[in-house]
Amino acid sequence: MTQLPGLLDTEAIRKDFPILDRVLHDDKKLVYLDNAATSQTPRQVIDTLSEYYEQHNANVHRGIHVLAEEATALYEGARDKVAAFINAPSRDEVIFTKNASESLNLVANMLGWADEPYRVDHETEIVITEMEHHSNIVPWQLLAQRTGAKLKWFGLTDDGRLDLSNIDEVITEKTKIVSFVLVSNILGTVNPVEKIVRRAQEVGALVLIDASQAAPHMPMDVQALQADFVAFTGHKMCGPTGIGVLWGRQELLEDLPPFLGGGEMIETVSMHSSTYAPAPHKFEAGTPPIAQAVGLGAAIDYLSAIGMDKILAHEHALTEYAVKRLGEVPDLRIIGPSTAEDRGAAISFTLGDIHPHDVGQVLDEQGIAVRVGHHCARPVCLRYGIPATTRASFYLYSTPAEIDALIDGLEHVRNFFG
Amino acid sequence: MGVKLDSMYQEVILDHYKHPHGRGLRDGDAEVHHVNPTCGDEITLRVKYDGTTISDVSYEGQGCSISQASASVLNELLVGKELSEAQKIQETFLELMQSKGKLEPDDAMEEVLEDAVAFAGVSKYPARVKCALLSWMAWKDATAQALGSDAAERKTA
Repeated sequence: MTQLPGLLDTEAIRKDFPILDRVLHDDKKLVYLDNAATSQTPRQVIDTLSEYYEQHNANVHRGIHVLAEEATALYEGARDKVAAFINAPSRDEVIFTKNASESLNLVANMLGWADEPYRVDHETEIVITEMEHHSNIVPWQLLAQRTGAKLKWFGLTDDGRLDLSNIDEVITEKTKIVSFVLVSNILGTVNPVEKIVRRAQEVGALVLIDASQAAPHMPMDVQALQADFVAFTGHKMCGPTGIGVLWGRQELLEDLPPFLGGGEMIETVSMHSSTYAPAPHKFEAGTPPIAQAVGLGAAIDYLSAIGMDKILAHEHALTEYAVKRLGEVPDLRIIGPSTAEDRGAAISFTLGDIHPHDVGQVLDEQGIAVRVGHHCARPVCLRYGIPATTRASFYLYSTPAEIDALIDGLEHVRNFFG
Repeated sequence: MGVKLDSMYQEVILDHYKHPHGRGLRDGDAEVHHVNPTCGDEITLRVKYDGTTISDVSYEGQGCSISQASASVLNELLVGKELSEAQKIQETFLELMQSKGKLEPDDAMEEVLEDAVAFAGVSKYPARVKCALLSWMAWKDATAQALGSDAAERKTA
């Protein structure tokens, strides 16, 4: 058994995740290395969801009966937990959405409909990067098409980092919004937030950070990031699907217009016009994902009890080990930073000429779950001249033995197609 | 390697993958570009007709062994065939690929599909069915463009 400094007690942690005991294809133990796509759910979260439906289920903010009050308290309690988890100055800055994509789209739409000084129009520019997930590219393309704004982006260096050498030309006085990923879902790169934020602040542009691959894996402090908006999703951090978060600075949430209209987001409604509830409710039209928010709250309790700094250290140790072991596999090329420095626990690679789809299929036969394809970041594949990659991604329950299983699995792949 | 995996990666499929038939773009009446967005398989395919006889199907692409082998089998099966016969092969292949592994090809089907019958095992893997069908959908599309969609559709009906 490989022992690495900084590892968590995975033997104890894995007992919380029933799914990790699954045996596949008759006799293969599940080796789940697709955590960047979605994480597994601990018993504590599953129990919270069951208990919610068994004991407290009701709509929120509407009834005066016991269940409605309990459901409302649980839902708003989850908001408190999220606010504390990301060190938000106010709980009213936490908006629940259905996923990070919705959070990102929400900001794009707020800015498209906003008045000055936030309004994005044909005289302004939007800045993103070449390593964004499609969910942080397409909403801005849509906004640019609708408003006539110009879409610009930072390119990538050969070793999978942002090329900020032309930062002053990319982010200019015309820039209204800079939206970028904190940790790349395909390259694993951890981006230099401070440098980008400082330049954006110089020109008065807003900053949106996609923290989908960061919030599950490291301590989050939205005040330290100094961004204006931060988006992430629940299902990558031991929570259920169907719940995402958008954090935004209070004064912006007060100034910016709502996007979806409906119940819950209003103050008064007449047939002629309406006034809106204060944030966060202004941005939460309709019945929200209540059980899912409560489940996310339970996931945050679970992760916090272990400690985000300890999870970060665990994953860093695993990443170092994985990078070293993958380097021993012939014909394997890591797409992204080749060391564990400023790098998250998602590692993409190619294996000779063998297509990732075939790699993934042969690994699956051995019970090893990885992601193959372009990972919703096709521009990255184009940038590096590859059709797709195989990606292994780790989490708090991942072990060195699972990395060893991956390496053995890749040997099988090479023999099969060799 | 497991029995299940061998049923997908039949020897004949791996042969086509390693030694593709008719690969490379040549002169054609119509060209299409199809992609499989979930995994990044891509194919550019051209058809050339001599009346209603397929005189060539040429292609260039990148993708997994299943998608590439399928394009090779398509070339081998369809070039030289009459459109109506090719359409029957395409429809039979589609039926096999949509069978979710429940269709055991009989002699009649084997006669129609020849090497393409080796893809029966792929139909058990929903994520890979699109890979196997990529070139066939591209061929159908290119044919509609080359001959006019009415002509192509009428023969299908």
